[in-house]
Amino acid sequence: MHLYIAKRLAALVPILFGLTLVVFFIMALIPGDPALAILGAYATPENVARLNAQLGLDESLPVQYLTWLGNLLQGDLGRSYSLNRPVLDEVLERFSATLILAGAALVLCTIFGLLAGIVSAVRQYGLADKAVTLLVLVGISMPSFWLGLLLILFFAVELRWLPASGMYAIYGGGDLPDLLSHLILPAATLAAVATGVVARLTRSAMLEVLRQDFIRTARAKGLPERRVIYVHAFKAALVSIIPVIGIQAGFVLGGAVYIETVFQWPGIGRMLVQAISTRDILLVQGGVLVVAASYVLINLLVDVLQSLVDPRVKA
Amino acid sequence: MHLRRTGLLASAAIAATLILAPAAPPALAQTPPGVLAIGQIAEPKSLDPAAVTAANDFRIVVNLYDGLVRYADGSFEIEPALAESWEVSEDGTVYTFTLREGVTFHDGTPVDAEAIVFNFDRMLDEEHPYHDTGPFPLSFFFSAIEEVEAVDARTVRFTLNEPYAPFLSNLAYPTGLIVSPTAVAEHGADFGRNPVGTGPFRFESWDANTAVVVVRNEEYWDGAPPLEAAIFRPITDANTRVAEMLSGGIDVMVEVPPDSVSRFAESEDFELYEQAGPHLWFLILNAKEPPFDDVRVRQAVNYAIDKETLVENVLQGTAEVASGPIPPAFAWAYNEELEPYPHDPERARQLIEEAGATGSTVTMFVTEGGSGMLDPVPMGTAIQADLEEVGLDVEIETYEWNTFLAQVNPGLEGKANMAQMAWMTNDPDTLPYLALRSEAMPDNGGFNSGYYSNPEVDRLLQEARTATDQEERARLYKEMQEIVHEDAPWAFVANWKQNAVTSAAVDDFALQPSFFLLLHDVTKE
Repeated sequence: MHLYIAKRLAALVPILFGLTLVVFFIMALIPGDPALAILGAYATPENVARLNAQLGLDESLPVQYLTWLGNLLQGDLGRSYSLNRPVLDEVLERFSATLILAGAALVLCTIFGLLAGIVSAVRQYGLADKAVTLLVLVGISMPSFWLGLLLILFFAVELRWLPASGMYAIYGGGDLPDLLSHLILPAATLAAVATGVVARLTRSAMLEVLRQDFIRTARAKGLPERRVIYVHAFKAALVSIIPVIGIQAGFVLGGAVYIETVFQWPGIGRMLVQAISTRDILLVQGGVLVVAASYVLINLLVDVLQSLVDPRVKA
Repeated sequence: MHLRRTGLLASAAIAATLILAPAAPPALAQTPPGVLAIGQIAEPKSLDPAAVTAANDFRIVVNLYDGLVRYADGSFEIEPALAESWEVSEDGTVYTFTLREGVTFHDGTPVDAEAIVFNFDRMLDEEHPYHDTGPFPLSFFFSAIEEVEAVDARTVRFTLNEPYAPFLSNLAYPTGLIVSPTAVAEHGADFGRNPVGTGPFRFESWDANTAVVVVRNEEYWDGAPPLEAAIFRPITDANTRVAEMLSGGIDVMVEVPPDSVSRFAESEDFELYEQAGPHLWFLILNAKEPPFDDVRVRQAVNYAIDKETLVENVLQGTAEVASGPIPPAFAWAYNEELEPYPHDPERARQLIEEAGATGSTVTMFVTEGGSGMLDPVPMGTAIQADLEEVGLDVEIETYEWNTFLAQVNPGLEGKANMAQMAWMTNDPDTLPYLALRSEAMPDNGGFNSGYYSNPEVDRLLQEARTATDQEERARLYKEMQEIVHEDAPWAFVANWKQNAVTSAAVDDFALQPSFFLLLHDVTKE
């Protein structure tokens, strides 16, 4: 097990190396450069050349990449020219905001997805099942940025119960209740699609398990129904549900880009979009590194969890 | 059974809260009286005035710093700021400023001649010990400066390498705002995140991606502002910005999307402000290649475009019809007698026919969006329809903004016949000088991407730049506008009106033609 984890972690290095190489050269291929982005209408060839020299962008591409790599090995991600601050500071700050949002969404989609899935499996074709199926369909089909805007209009503009955007109140605030009140709407929006997916899969997994012999045996033994469902059946179904939740973890990290834009959540998705449009290559590299590493780590975590739940899966 | 009961209970509870929700609940997240929350369109890059280029960042820095001179309220006229007076030598190359007495930066450093010298040397002299606190992308605004000297503690002298009339106007621009040398020495490259100036507000904090907070400068030389503090919040999504305004999360919102303007205008809870700015939206016409090498076809394009409809319907009243290369916001230099080309498709069709260009295929570069470009895609399609109406076959090519600039700036030859463009400037000199002169062709590093050339225009622009008398400059610019209007190197389309919305609690708010957001006089109850 330890060896397996170590191997997987070691595989992270070539993955990240390849990724940064690809991202670096794709960024170089997009037309326009940072100086053009800064100067806009004033981008005369002369001004562009002068600014590029000041930004250290007049070196050849391989040299720029190697310089970046060399600095990276010393733990230096460089300085973002568009934000005028160290990339590492910005990336860590933004990534922790994304983690809070994605984490909350993951918790929400797990809790509500599992509950809804179990309820509709247990009451197959009943009213609850139909209601859940309908809700799930709506949740999956609705574009999340649109759902986000609807929620803002209803809860922030009409009812004024919750703040419309941001992570903390700009005046006063800054404590946990403040954070939670800002977190509810974006986390719920981000969780909507994932909840639907988890609910659907939980339902079918539970239905399949409930038909199996050991459930009949459990019932025949006279176990209370609740115990049969929540302990015996659910545990067996979990084996096929965990990987789905793992995939949802990746999904919410990716989906955070839209949600962060709609709700002005200061996360890394929004940072990456901004960094690409200003051609801030160091910031893009730093952001991609962190997101990719977390993606790989989440997958690893899911595999390990699964092998713990199901001894048949060998880690 | 248990499951079903809780489910029912929960839905009943939700339904009850929805029905019983109070009609007018107290607003969340509102800031108290005296504290103004401003919804900005993006996170600032830096608060070092010499390093920033975006209107978004200008809105903050103009409240933290002063320049030697500034624009008077509501115009582009120059008035004293840190300098209480100045003299210009006969030949227009030496400017001598006398500094206001007793002004200090927010950190206590005195504003003396040495501080002024430090500011310009930092930007312009590559050997300066703090030149590496840049880059300073707009330092070419001051490329005419040969030398800056401290004559005595309160006198500073600028020597220019040639007479350059826009010099004072550039000093009033954010690039010319004066920073504290002590603070630059202390923070180095991080000065942009720890700004120190002399302005009506002092920098308090910058919480990345959340807010920039500035507070009242009690010692401000021009009187302390009524506001206790101002908070600038970056809200990139326009819909979210509107929602924040409606929910009371911000008190002032800039760049209101056209779709929301009427909603705010009709409400009693809000006040809508509009101000036409030094902005021009135009189409560059490639005069080197057919069909636009013929002046009649260029004029025809100006006749064919239904500018009224564009401004009213596509831009929903957020712009005015443009008549020539200088926007009316430069009141002193604007030629009032010039009328916009009327919408006359019949005349356009006739001109195109005379030129034998009927049925020509023309390529138009359109951008997806970009600084000052308003709604380029719908505008592009509307213009396409107008031109097809009069016998031109228009093909549109759309590019993302940076790619677009990389295509257009090197010149349109061999690529396109026309391209959208927009400029916002601080002096009537800037745009025509950089984009209409024969010497400003792309291969000379200029922006004349359509290759317009008229020696008379070249002469007028050169003379206007070196004349030091404003009336003389105005006369030259007015003459230039008439010629350019007739030659039609561009299709003149729109002058953007800046807009802003404030809540009813905000008073004494005003937009400036410079598009700066000055908060010195603003109050909030």
